[in-house]
Parts: sequence; C-alpha cells; structure tokens
Amino acid sequence: MKTKQTKHVDVYKIISVIIIAILAFTFAFPLYWIIIGSFKTSAAINSATPQWWPEEWVLDNYRKLFSKQTAALWDISIPFTSATFSGPTVPAAIRWLINTVFMAVAAMLLTCATSAMAGYALAKKRFVGRTLLFSLIVCAMALPKQVILIPLLREMASLELYNTIWAVIFPIVGWPFGVFLMKQFAEGIPGEMMEAAKIDGAGEWKTFYTIALPLIKPGIGALAIFTFINSWNDYFMQLIMLTSTKNLTISLGIAKLQAENATDFGLIMAGAALAAIPIIIVFLIFQKYFTKGITMGAVKG
Amino acid sequence: MKKRKITALLMSLVMVCSLTACGGKDTTTTQPEPAPAPAPADNAATQDTAKQDTAEPAASGDAAQAADITLWTYPVGSWGDAATVDDMIANFNAAYPDIHVTVEYLDYTNGDDQINTAIEGNQAPDIVLEGPERLVANWGARGLMVDLADLWTDDAKAAIYDSVENACKSSDGVFYEYPLCMTAHTMAINRDIFEAAGALQYLDEEKGTWTTENFQKAVQAVYDNGQQNVGAVYCSGQGGDQGTRALVNNLYGGTFTNPEHTEYTANSPENIKALELLKSMDGINFDASIAGGDEVNMFCNGTFAMAFCWNATQEKNNQEQGNINFDVLPMAFPSENGEPQLCGGIWGFGIFDNGDAAKIAASKTFIDFMANDPTQAPLSVQASNFWPVKDLGNIYEGDDLMSEYAKFIPYMGDYYQVVGGWAEARTAWWNMLQQIGSGTDVATAVEEFVTTANAAAAK
Amino acid sequence: MAKQNPMSKALVRRETIAGYAFMLPSLIFFLGFVVYPMIQCVYTSFFDATMNREDIFIGLANYKELFQDKTFLGALKNTVVIVIVSVPITCIFSLWVSSVIYDLKGFACSAFRCIFYLPVVTGSVAVAVVWKWMFNNYYGIFNYIGTSTGLIEQNINWLGDERFALGCIILILLTTSVGQPIVLYVSALNNVDQSLVEAAEVDGATKFQCFWKIKWPQIMPTTLYILVITTINSFQCFALIQLLTSGGPNHSTDTIMYYIYYNAFKLYRYGYGNAMGVVLAIMIALLSALQFKMAESK
Repeated sequence: MKTKQTKHVDVYKIISVIIIAILAFTFAFPLYWIIIGSFKTSAAINSATPQWWPEEWVLDNYRKLFSKQTAALWDISIPFTSATFSGPTVPAAIRWLINTVFMAVAAMLLTCATSAMAGYALAKKRFVGRTLLFSLIVCAMALPKQVILIPLLREMASLELYNTIWAVIFPIVGWPFGVFLMKQFAEGIPGEMMEAAKIDGAGEWKTFYTIALPLIKPGIGALAIFTFINSWNDYFMQLIMLTSTKNLTISLGIAKLQAENATDFGLIMAGAALAAIPIIIVFLIFQKYFTKGITMGAVKG
Repeated sequence: MKKRKITALLMSLVMVCSLTACGGKDTTTTQPEPAPAPAPADNAATQDTAKQDTAEPAASGDAAQAADITLWTYPVGSWGDAATVDDMIANFNAAYPDIHVTVEYLDYTNGDDQINTAIEGNQAPDIVLEGPERLVANWGARGLMVDLADLWTDDAKAAIYDSVENACKSSDGVFYEYPLCMTAHTMAINRDIFEAAGALQYLDEEKGTWTTENFQKAVQAVYDNGQQNVGAVYCSGQGGDQGTRALVNNLYGGTFTNPEHTEYTANSPENIKALELLKSMDGINFDASIAGGDEVNMFCNGTFAMAFCWNATQEKNNQEQGNINFDVLPMAFPSENGEPQLCGGIWGFGIFDNGDAAKIAASKTFIDFMANDPTQAPLSVQASNFWPVKDLGNIYEGDDLMSEYAKFIPYMGDYYQVVGGWAEARTAWWNMLQQIGSGTDVATAVEEFVTTANAAAAK
Repeated sequence: MAKQNPMSKALVRRETIAGYAFMLPSLIFFLGFVVYPMIQCVYTSFFDATMNREDIFIGLANYKELFQDKTFLGALKNTVVIVIVSVPITCIFSLWVSSVIYDLKGFACSAFRCIFYLPVVTGSVAVAVVWKWMFNNYYGIFNYIGTSTGLIEQNINWLGDERFALGCIILILLTTSVGQPIVLYVSALNNVDQSLVEAAEVDGATKFQCFWKIKWPQIMPTTLYILVITTINSFQCFALIQLLTSGGPNHSTDTIMYYIYYNAFKLYRYGYGNAMGVVLAIMIALLSALQFKMAESK
C-alpha cells in the first residue's frame, strides 16, 4: 500500500516536471529569440522562415545601437550655479544604461530605506492615526501610476523636476506597496525582543537599527529586487517624464531609434538584450535572499 | 540622540536629492517660463542682443544673433539621424556661430506623447520638424505655435507650390508651418510574383498606374497563380493608415473629406463601393493583427505580393538593409480612369511659442537657413529623402531610385489631413476597417465612422 | 495587538512622535507623489480640461458621459475579465509549479526558478515583438504547430480575431508575471514546518490533506502578497496592449488603462481621462481592501 502510493506520486512528479520543463522553455523562448536575433542580419530577422540558429552572425545591430547618437558620459551641475561638469562623449546607449542603473538603484535604495522605517512604525508603534494611514496605504497600493499621470506631470513641471531622472524615481518611492510589505514583515518581530532592548536602555532608533532591521532583512531583499525590476520596466513613466537624449533610459532610448512604419527589430533586440543583462545579474545576486527563505510575518499582529 | 540621528539621515537624504536633482537636469532646456521671469544673469547679455534682432525681419537675421534653441525632429529620412543633422547644424553655425541648437530625436510611436507632455511640462521645444496635421491642425489650432508670416514672404509664396502653401496655414489663414519637403505615398508590387502570374499586362509599368478593373484582374491572376495572400487591408492601428485611405478613396474616385476640409465623406457611394469591392476580392483580406510597418516587413519577406504602405524611403531603407530579394515595382493606387490622387506627405518646421522673443527670432533664422539658403536648402531636402516643395532643380541627379519615384509627384492629391478631429478620425478609421473585416455591413460601419469623425471635427 | 494593556498618556505621545518620525520620509513621498496627484486627479475630473486652455467646471458631466460611453464600458469589462482570469490562473499555476519543483535536488529547482523569471526581466517592448511574431497569422509558430499537428484546420489570426485576441494578451501576461510568485512560493514551501508534515503523514494523512491542512495555512501570507502584486500587474497591463493590438480588434482588448491613455494623450481630454482614473482607482481600492480583509480573516 505504502510503496504503491510513493510510486504513484513519483509518476505524477515526473510527468509534472516534464510539462513544467516544456512550459519553462516556452516562457523563456522570447529571451532566447531576442538574444539570437540581435546577432542576425535584418533579412534573417524579417524572414518568413525562422532561423532557429543564425546562419550568419553579425554585430550590425550592436554597431548601430552604439553609433546612432552620442551623449556625455555624465553631467553634474553644481546647485545654484550654472557650472556643469560633463564627462567624455560616449555612445548614447552607454549613457542610457548608466541612467537606467542609477534610476533603478536610487529608487531601490530610497524605497527600501523609507519603507523599512515606515513599515516598522506601522507594525510596532501604537500611534494616533495609524489605522487610518494603513487603510490609505492598502487602498492606494494597487493604484496604477498611469491614473495619476497628468497631475503628476504638472506637479513635476512646477517642481522643475520634469525631464530629470528624479521625476521617474520619486513616484516609485512614493508608491506605498513597499510600506505594506515591510509592515507584514515587521509584524513578525517578537515583542519580547523589543521589550528587552528597551529595558537595556536602547533608544527608538537603536531598537530599530539593532533589533528590527536585521530581522526584516530578507523582506528588504525581496522589496529591493521587486523595486529594482519594477522601475527598470516602468517604461510608461519614463516615456512621459524624460525627453532629452542624455536623460533617457535604455528602453526609452531604443524605442526612440525607430523610423515611421519601419521597425528595426534587430535594433530592438540588441537593445533588449543589452538591457536584460544588468537585471539578470541583479536577480542572481539577490536570489540568495529568496533561497534563505522569506519568513513572512503573520498577517495578524 | 536618536532624534538627531534620524534628522541627520533625513537631512542628508534631502540634500542628496536636491544635489543630484540639479545634476540630472538638462541645462540647455532651463528656459524662462512664458511669464516674464527674471532672466538668469549669464543669459541677460545674450538676450539683449537678441532682442534688437527681433525688430528686424527675422528672415534677414544677422550673424551676431545669439540664443540657445532646441530642435525636435521626427524621423523624416535622415533628419532622424544624428550624424546627418550634426553636419547640417555645423553648416548653420558657420553662418550663425552664436545660435546654439540642441537636437532631440523623436519616433513616430511615442513622439506625439513626448511633445504633448513637454508642453504640459513647460518644456516644449522651440522648433519641431513635422507635417501640417500636427503643426497646423493640432498644436497650431490650440494656439501653441508662432505665426510664421514673416517667413512667408511674397517670394516664398510665389515659389512654394500652392497645394503645400494651403496645407501650411490654418483655416483662418495663419501660417504655422514653413515647409521643407514632400512626398507622394504610393503602393508597390512584387514584380517577380506578378510576372510569374502573367499579371503585368494589367498595369502600365512606365507610368506606374492602373485602372480599378485591371487591378481586380491582376490580383485575381496572382491569387489564381497560388499566391493566397496578395495584399492586406491592415488595420491593427494607425501606423501607415494613409495607405488604406488612399486605396479606398482612389478605387472609385471617392474623397476622404469635403474640399473645404470641414467634413468627413467616407460614407459617399464611391467609398462604400470601394470597400465592398475590397471585401469581396480573393487574395485581399482585412487583417486586424498588422499595421503599416508589419505590412511592409511582410511585403519584403514575400508573404504579400503588394504593399499599400510604401514610398521611396521605404524602398531605400529596405534595400540598404538587404531585406528585399525581388524586383520592387512602385505603383500608384488604382483608379477608375487611371488618374490617381495620391495621398501626400508634407514636412516642415514650426515654432512653439515659449514666450521668448530671442528664441523665436533665432528659430526663424534657423528655419530660413535650412529651407531657403541656396546651398543648404538642397542638402536639407536630400537629408529628408523626399522632394522639395518648390523648384530647386533636379536635386537627385543620378539617383535612379529617386528618379523612378519622382514620376508620382504630379499625382499628389488634396492634403486633407488638416481637417478637424484628425486624431479621433484616424482611430475611428482603423476601427471601421476592423468592423468590416469581421463581417459588419459596410454601410453601417462607414456610417458609424462618419458620425464619430464628424462629431470630433465639430468640437 | 498582542497586548492590550492600557498605555499612559505620556507613552502614547512618545509612541506617536516616534511613529511619525519613522513614517516621515515615506510619508513625504507618499503624500507628495501619490496622494496629492490623486486629489488633483479627482478635482480635475469635474472639469473640461484640455491642453493650453483654462479648465471649465462642468460638475459631474464627465461621469455622466462615462457611463454612457460604450467604449469605456467595454474597456471596463475587459479589464475585469483580465483581472478575474489572470489573477487566479497566475496564483494557481505558480503554486502548482512551485509545489513540484521546490524539493527538486540542488541545481534543478534553482534553474527552473531562473527560467520562469527571465520573461519578467526581458523588456516588454522586445517581448511583445517576439510574441507578435509567434502569433503571426501567416507564418507564426502557433499556426505552424497547430496546422502540422492537425489541432487547427487552417491558420488562425490570433491577434486579429476578436475571439482570441484577449486570450492571447492574457497568456502573454501570464508568462511575464509568474516569475515572482514562483520564487516566493518556492521559498515559502521550503519554510513550512517539516515536523508538522511528518507528524501528519505518520497519522495517515494523504498528500492532499497534508497540503490543505498544514502547508496552505502556512503559506497564506505569501499568497496574500502574491494576490496583491498579481492584481497590480494585471491592472497595469498596458504596454502589451499598446504594442500588440491598440485595443482592437473591435475594441476586444481595450482596457481602462489604454482608454485613459487614449483620451488623455491622443485626444487631450484630461478631465475625462481623470474621471476614468477615479473610477478605476475606486475599483482597485475596494478590491485591495477586500483581498486584505479576506486574508486577515483566515
């Protein structure tokens, strides 16, 4: 009886794994096709008969990507003066990549820092207005940013942030999902540990920094990767907020390299391949936070 | 202790933000607001000199003029290509060393959104290179553009073709665009496939024209020869919609709007007849999964035997990229009498009213130089890969491809894209084609289109 | 809420100050870049607002028009369909995949997890291009497989047929959104208290009972999180529609997001677009609150 059941389970498992393997490769096929495609000639990409493996490997698409436009490697201006320090002139795609990394990292750091503190406060501090704030956060959490796009655009213009990378970063940071997530994690911090810290004479900040922060670290890891990827893919916000060549992100920059009624798929694929690499690296690095295991706090306090 | 730390953290956060916020800012576009804001100290000197210039006619602006202006271009030929544009701006700066031009390149997918948001963000460009449907009928009609009357001198009016001149001014006669180049959108056939099917007898290869009757016979011949997909009335979006409009209008001599450009006339008997014909033809299907760009790709890779979204630039680009391995034959759209009315494209410059007289004057100088300077004007037009809007002589001497397409220019028809409610009408058009493709009665679908479009035009 | 001991006034004050101090950085961004624009959005929805013209107050006219606008109602329906179909499928599919792969030996689990994550990191523009090619009416891979295996008789115009287009969009959405849930479920399943499972097995519980009675409650918080992010993703399904169908054929893939974009950025009807935004926001807020309540009551 017992052996029979185990055997049955194994069959189920083997079939499932096979199905999942097939699905996994179907799901990942676009990325394969993009990477392969970025090395194909234009005629091979447009061909009606697919080339599963390029007959001829060419670097044309990357060459085009790097030769179309140029930009300074960086521009740093000193506040309240007109002085600007610009880096050497490089292909614009490199600048776009730098902009994108900067945007995603800044959004990630700011989100994690502010959310960890706010989530901790919501979970562990009993302050006036807490329930109201939390309800507001839950309601606003799933709001697509596009809904508030026009008011946001006008606001950014009046703050003189329009056409700066901050116009993309700040709304991401403001998005309250991170706070919600951090609250869920912070609920899991045992009250006794905080009591103990208090008895030891630790102040509010020290309690947060030494007791709470280490315990919610895996959650911060999850939030970091989520924010990084979300901001990386936040194409629409970038499209609306950024205009100058030197301020573009990689996906936006690539989209702008196209002519009317003549989509250069090779260029799109080269750009997408280039843009995917950093984010895959980030995923592999932060993956250990997942493997360690996220101990989601119980929903109830 | 703890509060100090938090405050310090916050302070540093805010400081980092403000510091880098300035760092990311585009210094070339920090222009004064339309309201008379005090000019930054370093700009004051240049503004004074520039202000004197505005008193003179802009077209004769002198070399001492100074300003920072921005030019945004849609990808009109090589005007979307940084290397070519940089060369042209170098020519300009040889004559006007103190006008600094910053160029941004738009694409047709997102370009409109970017300009519209830039307008909302008070960072509209100074100059835009595009067609009258945007510059005149859209932004011009909304009071965002500068009246270019002083560029349109009597000489200019005499030189520029009348149809172009009419397209460049609004319904109340204000010029919001100064044109540079134009083209006639054609269609194209895969000559190899038509030859194999014996269908070449139905068309005039020399003139590039055919009658509606012969068009039907040719398509049938190609279809009977085993080419299941001869052509597609693509309608997944607005990309390349001039092709489907020209096809429908030409077949039986219909028009898209009335001659005054105040009303949509797609429900005329001629247009209904044309749509019914297309719907009934073998080898032509209404495809809601592709738009103009897809159709071009699928024409080039041999899926379709003809393309309705075509012009000289399409052939040039696709030949250069090695996408075509057959003989392309550009054709005018079929019409009953063999005298087609091709849908034209006009491109030129417009100036956004950013409230800065110096910039406007400098922008006019720039436009004058690019479009009228005897040595630069032909170069500017060549960069677009289209044709001049006035007689510049044969600027494509020795260019076989351009010479071949030049024969279509005389067929250029009415430029109706300046009609009101254009954006809504464009969307309604491809929605109408989708309806017809999925079986809705032509008369019903057309009626719905006209109702929607005319309601938009009346707004 | 673990302890309900009465707090002194001083303590309450102390907690309040500390609470707001910790909340402050987050609140600046939240109020400044979410709440304030949202209020603006509600405000503008009572106006006829367009580009370069003073807004005209028109009261509830935008809302009245909204509920008579057939395209909007269709878009509302499609949006609801996308959410109702894709959220449960995404959750169940990723839970199934995770339950199969989480105890695979070593490399295999990690490899699967990575592969399912790849579509998430591939930019949506490029993904859309490839899927468009796969769904191609004339030489797409699905038609090729379908006709050569005899599953379909003739080529189907997947994205150009109103019967299939929305399904295709949902499928693509699914492939780009299961990555995160799978990663989370795998780690959640690995964290399930193994001693409880073994104890139950000794008691003769079936695999299913084991899962339902022991594992499910323990991965419930993860499920809540996944429900929330998947709902967000489905509502935001915009790029795919813009790049693949522009809302067609015959409005069968119009979503509210896309229609807002069309009204605001193509027709410059800011007030009308904002009114739609308000309706969408109310719907989403209610849904989030509902999901949260449901999860909390378990």
